Amino acid sequence: MKHSTFSLMWLVVVILCVLCGTATGWAQDGTPGAIDTGDTAWILVSSAFVLCMTLPGLALFYGGLVRSKNILGTLAHTAVILCLISIVWVLLGYSLAFGTDVGGVIGSLEFLGLMGVGQDAFPGTGIPHLVFMVFQLMFAAITVALITGSFAERMKFTALLLFAVLWSVLIYSPLAHWVWGGGWLGEMGALDFAGGAVVHISSGFAALVCALVLGQRKGYGVESMLPHNLPMTVLGTGLLWFGWFGFNAGSALGANGGAATAFVATHVAACAGGLSWMVAEWVKTGKPTMLGIASGIIAGLATVTPGAGFLSPLSALLIGLVAGVLCYAAVVLKIRLGYDDSLDVVAIHGVGGFTGILATGLFASVGAQGLFFGNPGQFVIQVVLAVSTLVFVVIGTYVILKVVDAMVGLRISPEEEETGLDLSQHSERAYS
Amino acid sequence: MSDTGRSRVSADIFNLERGKPMKLVKAIIKPFKLDEVKDALTEIGIQGMTVTEVKGFGRQKGHKETYRGTEYQIDFVPKVEIELAIADELEGKVIETLGKAAKTGSIGDGKIFISDLNSVIRIRTGETGDGAL
Repeated sequence: MKHSTFSLMWLVVVILCVLCGTATGWAQDGTPGAIDTGDTAWILVSSAFVLCMTLPGLALFYGGLVRSKNILGTLAHTAVILCLISIVWVLLGYSLAFGTDVGGVIGSLEFLGLMGVGQDAFPGTGIPHLVFMVFQLMFAAITVALITGSFAERMKFTALLLFAVLWSVLIYSPLAHWVWGGGWLGEMGALDFAGGAVVHISSGFAALVCALVLGQRKGYGVESMLPHNLPMTVLGTGLLWFGWFGFNAGSALGANGGAATAFVATHVAACAGGLSWMVAEWVKTGKPTMLGIASGIIAGLATVTPGAGFLSPLSALLIGLVAGVLCYAAVVLKIRLGYDDSLDVVAIHGVGGFTGILATGLFASVGAQGLFFGNPGQFVIQVVLAVSTLVFVVIGTYVILKVVDAMVGLRISPEEEETGLDLSQHSERAYS
Repeated sequence: MSDTGRSRVSADIFNLERGKPMKLVKAIIKPFKLDEVKDALTEIGIQGMTVTEVKGFGRQKGHKETYRGTEYQIDFVPKVEIELAIADELEGKVIETLGKAAKTGSIGDGKIFISDLNSVIRIRTGETGDGAL
């Protein structure tokens, strides 16, 4: 028994060594461009910024919104997805997304286990291929983590792990390939600077399917489900905002003018979104709220993401203002429709991302032209991008959920839900 | 042997004499009024009280809170409960002082409950009756 485990361990070590050897020995086709130290420094830092968006940013943003009996379970969703999807990306995901294009729909397996991904410049940039890969890795991780807000407080942990791996490999990687990896949408000229479709429409509408398939939380609409710690959510908002500069300005893939455009657009839209959500809520319910300001900031950030590098500051301002009001309206609509998207992933990321993709087709003026700048064709392409992303994600997510449900079941039992994720799934508590 | 000894001792300590009559005063007040009430009662010679954070509703009912558009009716309003045991003759003065200090004049100021108190024992010394107050 012991002996066989030991030999198995050695086998794994040997295989890893062989893979590592191949990886370092792999030569890239063509002559690699020169590495730019400024660009490389900025994208290395940006990658760390995007990590900070996921953990602790998003984890705290979501954590504060759940009830105190579910806080560790909610943090664990984000933390484990970050670990798990990073590994999946290294082993398989990156190759499917950015390997040589196969028929416009998927990348080849040439970068399996990061074989051939080394220090040479990534084509068309001045940054090492490894830096490009790790920057994209952070995007892959946060996209899956965003979805967890929709099924908060009721998803089984094993189901979460399975869902995360399947969704990342079968939905995220192909989508990233279509738009950024040389796939059909990118070839068509679709504009998605930092992931309005790849990250926000995809996570937002996957969240809608999750909320519908899993159903409402026990006691939804009857029991009080007050957020247990809004200061935690505000802290998360600040960290998300900070990290978003890496997310958007880093997507220029260099320390250059495009990064500057994206940085300014990102900040302006965040501020405008925070203000317009606050005012919309003030008008409707009579009071401006902290949670409203925080939600509006995230709505502004999500909405400006696809256009960040193509927008003038004033266009970003307008887009942010629209985002705050529109996403707030989507939250109000959710309550009317009665589906339990617990932490409003659909209203903020789905609606925000969709709006942002279309707005890019209208307002793009820097390095690309939208409808208002004499290029109506771009708007049509953006509609195709938004709609095809939505349809692919909705169908794919539904199938994955059904498969996971058949394998392990999606929801915890009503008794476990009553007890809370922390004690029922993890046997630990946050506050004692 | 030792059993009887022990029971004799406890009988000595908890020798319940009915001394002068006493009152138990329980007041539910607005939390921000607590310091004012405590100071006013200390001023008229009250030497101890017990304070508890409680929740409840009366005619004030609750209030509404809104989180991202979802309205929650909060039925139980936070209040502070003060309990104090007093000698019978202090009743009028305590109620007047407490009532004055806790009053804002708006709905939700709270209530004062008074009941007879049979006995009081100071655990440290075994004193009973109003001597233990």
